[in-house]
Amino acid sequence: MSEMNKSEFPDPFEKAREERGFGEVNDQNDPVKMLLRLKDVRKTAHNWKTFQSGAEPGRIVVPSEVNIRDTRQIPFEVDPPEHKGYRDLVEPWFKRPLEAEYQEKLTEIISGVIDEALEQEEVEVVEDFSLKLQSRALTLLLNIPYEESEVWIGWGKHVFRSEDTDLDADKANILYDYLDKQIDKAMENPGEDLYSVLLNSEVDGRKLTKEEVKGVMILTFAGGRDTVINAVTNSIAYFAEHPKSLQRLAAEPEIIGKAVEELVRYFAPLTHMGRVVTEDTQVCEHAVKADSRVSLCWASANRDAKVFENPNEVVIDRKVNPHVSFGFGTHNCLGATHARQILAILCKVLAEKVGSMEITSADENIEDWDEFKRKVGFDSINVKFNKK
Amino acid sequence: MAKITFITSDNETIVAEADSGSVMELAVANSVSGIDGDCGGVCSCATCHVHVDPDHVSKTGEASEIEADMLELADNYNERSRLCCQIEVSDKLDGVVLHVAN
Repeated sequence: MSEMNKSEFPDPFEKAREERGFGEVNDQNDPVKMLLRLKDVRKTAHNWKTFQSGAEPGRIVVPSEVNIRDTRQIPFEVDPPEHKGYRDLVEPWFKRPLEAEYQEKLTEIISGVIDEALEQEEVEVVEDFSLKLQSRALTLLLNIPYEESEVWIGWGKHVFRSEDTDLDADKANILYDYLDKQIDKAMENPGEDLYSVLLNSEVDGRKLTKEEVKGVMILTFAGGRDTVINAVTNSIAYFAEHPKSLQRLAAEPEIIGKAVEELVRYFAPLTHMGRVVTEDTQVCEHAVKADSRVSLCWASANRDAKVFENPNEVVIDRKVNPHVSFGFGTHNCLGATHARQILAILCKVLAEKVGSMEITSADENIEDWDEFKRKVGFDSINVKFNKK
Repeated sequence: MAKITFITSDNETIVAEADSGSVMELAVANSVSGIDGDCGGVCSCATCHVHVDPDHVSKTGEASEIEADMLELADNYNERSRLCCQIEVSDKLDGVVLHVAN
């Protein structure tokens, strides 16, 4: 028996959140003031004029990507009013996961990954379960052939990171060069995939440029990779250590929607996202200067005891759950519909097929935000899957 | 059984009936435009925002503090705003008229 704590994700922000409301991180000499309270995070996310996303491309990401990326991610790094045209354009495509046919195909993909895991003696979940699941599911979101997922699985766990560094320009270029090629292919041979749809789209009465199409595609690839991999992996760890929760989902599938929101709240697969301050102002009764950076710490806000009862527990059927794991306001997560469907179907199929899971070993992935060390997922985790 | 009327921002009227569940679930089941219910009804997405007809506030009751904090920052917020995932269907609601905010 393994100890029952691999699926615990401690809250490193509690003391700073209650005492000061913010923390400070130095990032490549462009420091970031992290906002830690739910109310401040929401208010700041809402105020896109003073706390902008449309800054220099890459600067709102922490660690900053200004040195490895020139392409603006769209609609992510564009603010209103221009933001609306782009968001309205891509929104219907990213709502396709609500369609029955999409959900059937996604169920097939997820059942396939689970069946493969059940047949093996033991599975390293990050690489051999979550990365596969995420990559295969992405072929649906892009509406391209399933086989293409093999290419992305071949890239390994991280598109921007290597073992010893947080940002790796060579690795990032693999993605950017790949997307250039795919866009060129879609220009020569249009189909019904996301590249072709974007190339054919208009915003403000003109066609999207190749660079804009690339901006949407980088967002789609980068935003939905580590986040989905962490959410899926951490959910497996949770159900391995809480078999009764899995049994409950089998008996009461109607609570799966609530379970998904609670897992996403608790894991907060993306720790925080930055904004650039456009004028001298105050956050959390603290002065911040124009052209400095703040970040909205979703992970901390989700544990704010002012709003969440028993914030450090997974309450699988939590009824009121105003978490911010998908962000808040104008720039809320474009991929949330896809992500929610992945997790809901994962819960459903696990509950149907899997009797128990056992963690045999795990290496935690601890992020280093100076004064805060946050567990966000696993570098690797070995699990035995047992049939029901 | 409660009869609930939704009026969308395009002035389409949809009348629906239920005896349990949340008003958001009823709206989604009846494809009321402007009610998405993305988070499934846990008060985290604000995509089920309605304005309660002023004569009917006694039927729906007031928003909780957590709901009110969400609403305050939502588009088209006013003092009659509610997130309808937080309104449970019951006989008390019979005849209520809800204007979809978005």
